[in-house]
Amino acid sequence: MSDTPKHIRTPLSRVRGLGAAHSGTQHFWRQRLTAVANIPLTIAVIVIFIMLLGRNQAAVAQIIGSPVVAVIMLLFVISVTTHMRIGMQVVIEDYVHDEIAKFVLIMANTFFAIAIALTSIYGILKLSFGL
Amino acid sequence: MAATKAPAARPLSPHLQIYKPTLTMTMSIVHRITGVGNYFGTLLLAWWFIAAASPSSYAKFEWFAGSIIGRIILFGYTWSVIHHMLGGIRHLIWDTGRGLGPIEREWLAAANLIGSIAITVLLWIFGLLAMGGPL
Repeated sequence: MSDTPKHIRTPLSRVRGLGAAHSGTQHFWRQRLTAVANIPLTIAVIVIFIMLLGRNQAAVAQIIGSPVVAVIMLLFVISVTTHMRIGMQVVIEDYVHDEIAKFVLIMANTFFAIAIALTSIYGILKLSFGL
Repeated sequence: MAATKAPAARPLSPHLQIYKPTLTMTMSIVHRITGVGNYFGTLLLAWWFIAAASPSSYAKFEWFAGSIIGRIILFGYTWSVIHHMLGGIRHLIWDTGRGLGPIEREWLAAANLIGSIAITVLLWIFGLLAMGGPL
């Protein structure tokens, strides 16, 4: 028989598991989604930062902790850290070909992105709730 | 049975050193470098958020931001963010299939570079004026 299948998984099973790579276009799409989100958020953060220049710590803390500014900052942090984690992973995959080094660097990349995200979120929430 | 021969040194696919540098190529490389720069620049951002909670830690951040080194780093970070954002908009335009022609892509690359420098300088002039700083 010429049409003997080379594997025993059904086409539906392969589609659900996204094949041997186990992932599809999520990174590609998420990178564009966060890129679009980053545009207005980054502009807003730059405007807020300029507004805060030359003010004392109490004023800065009060403004960052105010509801609208805090939410903009939180959205910015989540979008930016997601975007940068995916971007750095692509850079690592492009240049690091040693399997173990690549594995370690991709892990370190994830740790860095999460650490930056949570440090920033903690700082913003602390200013919001005055803990 | 034939003896195993060492693999011939086959030519690899041409890489950077083969091509004459072009503006679009340079902007592509700069987009990646600014992306990596922005990645590490988030350390400053996280520091700023944490420092804002107390007067003494904020004073340390302000000392850094006001120092010569701090200003150079922050100026570079501003440019890097703006350049990567404009480069990203260029990529989003390309994602729609537009702007890839020989004239458009050169124009976009030039606009990316000139735009990022102009916006960064304007932001800093505006920022220093807002601070009543030395300008």
